[in-house]
Amino acid sequence: MSIDYEIVVGLEVHVELATRSKIFCGCSTQFGAEPNTQVCPVCLGLPGTLPVLNREVLNLAIRAALALNCELAEHTKFDRKNYFYLDSPKAYQISQFDMPLAKNGYLDITSPNGAVRRIGITRVHMEEDAGKLLHAGQGGQIGNATSSLADYNRTGVPLIEIVSEPDLRTPEEAYLYLTGLKEILEFSKISDCNMEEGSLRCDANISVRPLGQAALGTKAELKNMNSFKNVRAGVEYEAKRQIRLLNEGGRVVQETRAWDAEKGVTRSMRSKEEAHDYRYFPEPDLPMILLTADMVETVRETLPELPQAKRVRFQTQYGLNEYDAGVLTATSELAEYFEAAAMGTNPKAVCNWLTVELLGRLNVEGKTIAESPVKPGQLNALVKLIESGELSGKLGKQVFAEMAEKGEAPQVVVKRLGLAQISDVDSLKKIVMDVLAANPGPVAEYRGGKAATLGFLVGQIMKVSRGQANPQKVNQLLREELEP
Amino acid sequence: MPEITRETVQKIARLANLNLTGVEQDTYAGQLEKILEYVHKLNQLDTTGVPQTSHALPLQDVWREDVVTPSLDRDEVLAEAPDPSGGCFRVPRIIE
Ligand SMILES: [Zn+2]
Repeated sequence: MSIDYEIVVGLEVHVELATRSKIFCGCSTQFGAEPNTQVCPVCLGLPGTLPVLNREVLNLAIRAALALNCELAEHTKFDRKNYFYLDSPKAYQISQFDMPLAKNGYLDITSPNGAVRRIGITRVHMEEDAGKLLHAGQGGQIGNATSSLADYNRTGVPLIEIVSEPDLRTPEEAYLYLTGLKEILEFSKISDCNMEEGSLRCDANISVRPLGQAALGTKAELKNMNSFKNVRAGVEYEAKRQIRLLNEGGRVVQETRAWDAEKGVTRSMRSKEEAHDYRYFPEPDLPMILLTADMVETVRETLPELPQAKRVRFQTQYGLNEYDAGVLTATSELAEYFEAAAMGTNPKAVCNWLTVELLGRLNVEGKTIAESPVKPGQLNALVKLIESGELSGKLGKQVFAEMAEKGEAPQVVVKRLGLAQISDVDSLKKIVMDVLAANPGPVAEYRGGKAATLGFLVGQIMKVSRGQANPQKVNQLLREELEP
Repeated sequence: MPEITRETVQKIARLANLNLTGVEQDTYAGQLEKILEYVHKLNQLDTTGVPQTSHALPLQDVWREDVVTPSLDRDEVLAEAPDPSGGCFRVPRIIE
């Protein structure tokens, strides 16, 4: 008989903070510079130098802690994590050990079936990044390298580490947690979350246990997953591997494993036994930080409305459905565009123009909403023209196409092409009378009781007016003329 | 029973990347033992009501603004490197 297993996953996410300078020195954090051109005595760990904390690092880290519903510490300090490796010229990393910035937060994830699960956040702490190593020879693999090269531009780039509780139960939940986390960090402008540039990195602690068992199984730490899809695939593979191992009577070894995306497998990474003895001690060069209520409140005021709250508000305030609210809040730029365009007019109509016409067009052209040729004020004006009856919905599309093509305001396009809807009774009456005079047959049919003929006459009027006649008014006038 | 045994010294030495001879290990074990004894004397002090301290200086909240300042010239950075290559520090094979 086979046992049912439950997967238990906790994630450790490292996020690069969006600062201009490094965490403890003034070197630039700009990505892509020539090797070792953004280094100084502090980040090279030269003796006699003193690190000084970048105030913006603290602000962004507090913002992240608040966005993740954490309790902030009153006192927080930095510690030295000691290890010998080429990526750290000081032979220690300045991190936080027993007094992290924040603890006990959470992030809600929504699975596709609509169920909401609250995932605990154990802690959020600040630390510095390490340098980048290049391994020369044999495909850049460290094991085959003849020599290694060190670039310390990244050394001292500010990071926060966000550690989740082992609350995730499926590879899909791990994926949803990461996308939710990324959304919050991007929305709050804490990080650009650019995975290609290493601004967001994730390690996973994975274990399995028989369903119903409270004690956790032995975990493996999985590294080297450079995309959310790889995290999902890596977790799935590793959990299956552990279950297979247990079913075959083996046992899981606590170890670090690397995900091989090309082969789709995880493999054990050889690590030295003492590698985990980091001998943390308080960093004597950086004084204690006292987080006052004032300081935290000042940061809280800069915290934007988060995606989840925005989605709910878009549904209640604008009467949008859940799907549309989700589309419009996918990025802060799109949400801002919508709110500007919907001001003082029909939000559902604005939503339709935006999601169907504009996003469709931008998609084809590979542009973002920020690069849209149609500005929010112009879309707002277009919807107002249609809502007030000055422009027909049908011609609206033609006007929109011109706007997108030439970046013109809708009023300008309407005037240039002479597309304004004809609503004044005198002009409409003249067209109606002309059409009735030109179609004696259908007129007689209608009077003889064939009501459907009215549609034909309306069509003729629209054709003569090149679509500009106000259809409601045309209907009203026709009935007046035809009824005895 | 001493707290610092030869094994403890060997472990600390390994973590600190130090190669110690047997004689040195015994010497340091004795010295470290004396230091610990001295530190233990502090435990006799009554520290009721004294807050936990991690830093010796009464400083807090020292920071700088997020402003980029010039970095070092790369030639200067690599001047003392024994084997620079391509603007990087080059080291021999890491894994044995
Ligand atoms: Zn620096």
